[in-house]
Amino acid sequence: MRLPISQSFIERNAIVLLIATLITVAIGGLVEVVPLFTIQTTVVKVPGIRPYSPLELLGRQIYLREGCYLCHSQQIRNLRDEVARYGHPSIAAESMYDHPFQWGSKRIGPDLARVGGKYSNAWMYQHLKAPRSVVPESIMPDFAFLAKHQLHTKELIAAMKTNIDLGVPYTKADLQSAMADLQAQAFANADHAGLLSRYPNAMIVDAKGGEVTQLDALVAYLQILGRMVNFANPAVERALQAQGGK
Amino acid sequence: MPTKIEKDEYTGKETTGHEWDGIKELDTPLPRWWVNVWLVCIAFAAVYALLYPSIPLGSTYWKGILGWSSSQAVAKSVAEMNARHAALMKRIGELPIMQVAADPKLKEVALEAGRIAFAENCQPCHGQAGVGRVGYPPLDTNFWLWGGTLPDIQRIIMYGIRSGDSKAHESQMPAFGHDGILKPAQVTTVAHYVATLFGIEKPGPTTAAGYKLFEDNCAACHGPKGQGNQTGGAPPLASRVHLYGDTLAAIEYQINTPRGGVMPAWHTRLDAGTINSLAIYVHALGGGE
Repeated sequence: MRLPISQSFIERNAIVLLIATLITVAIGGLVEVVPLFTIQTTVVKVPGIRPYSPLELLGRQIYLREGCYLCHSQQIRNLRDEVARYGHPSIAAESMYDHPFQWGSKRIGPDLARVGGKYSNAWMYQHLKAPRSVVPESIMPDFAFLAKHQLHTKELIAAMKTNIDLGVPYTKADLQSAMADLQAQAFANADHAGLLSRYPNAMIVDAKGGEVTQLDALVAYLQILGRMVNFANPAVERALQAQGGK
Repeated sequence: MPTKIEKDEYTGKETTGHEWDGIKELDTPLPRWWVNVWLVCIAFAAVYALLYPSIPLGSTYWKGILGWSSSQAVAKSVAEMNARHAALMKRIGELPIMQVAADPKLKEVALEAGRIAFAENCQPCHGQAGVGRVGYPPLDTNFWLWGGTLPDIQRIIMYGIRSGDSKAHESQMPAFGHDGILKPAQVTTVAHYVATLFGIEKPGPTTAAGYKLFEDNCAACHGPKGQGNQTGGAPPLASRVHLYGDTLAAIEYQINTPRGGVMPAWHTRLDAGTINSLAIYVHALGGGE
């Protein structure tokens, strides 16, 4: 076959070779990347999904920092046994405000996609501090030190702004009330009306002694997992059907 | 670069015509079988992509000629599983729980289904076989905070305790010590009295004073003899089982800053058949009334 530019010409001209290589690699890259440009339109909006509350967001940072995803997945796959054990299969919208998502690929511990509300706060605290005190066969490390470390709230606004840049719809009002919302969610005797109007279903945790610890934030985060969408709600069913899924 | 294709004198094969500093490259074709496997793979991929969901198209995607989707597949598979269990599990969920327990066949299935659901959902707090832990009541004795009949257990599993559900059991013991209702010395006195109720202490000089304090502050909920009150969720104190520990320190702690555990509501998570099975299983652990 005669190409318009011969192989020997390309091989002897570094710039031409470079450009030809670039074009070839770009085709492969574009095929993988371009479909993601439309990801916003491919994820079905499902009623109930909201951005993480300030405390949950910082708790999520702890989850990432401690590498929880190395042993825990957050995706209930479309398999019968998983549905029987964990509940409704995970849907795309449930991780639409996760940057990055925490689907994970390993289950040394159980899946956490719907762990929120499954256990009481007291259990969560005790289990994170000393897993074997409640589950003797557990091989999870102790995270008692999280209860001794104050939560670094000065990164909160920056974290929320980064999320805004990535497409999470925090409003100006959310940013202004962020610190108040964080405090409200951490203490059982605070006024929760504003928090719950902005972040429905947020679980109020039980910070002790006036200081919010990293453990409080982690518990708040774990307790919202899987609780945003109410699958008994007919509107959710309709939204999923419209997508052509179940 | 010379592109003269010539025959290699040693192998008899043609060269590619490329030459680098006198080194020439033989144009040996790939093995025929390898090329064939490769072509078959390409053909397979093309057919597979046509039959199954494959290519993203803007806001939708190629759904495949077979119309297969993983979410539909799992829905079908779950429906099949339910259909296999349906005859019995549906009846277990629909019938009043006393009738389920009275039917030997249904009860046998419920006990097995309950055992499996217990291991996944209840064991983390209540322990294997429901022996309980500090803060998490045992389910294998006749120590019941809110009642131990089948309908009682069923209701607790469905709506929980202090779970936030509108039908959940609610109770809150006043923080007698922390809120200054009792002075520290009085807390100690009444704690010593409570300790005599279940026999870790013998009656002593302060017992009478402790009893007086008990009558005034505690008896309204826990009963004059510390027998407890299941309607209000006040635990029996004259009992060998103590939710937060049976030491004097534990009693004082609880009088100063009472804790009240949370049991989640399960009716949003588990179906009626599973909940009734769990109730029957828990009832049969050893303490059912």
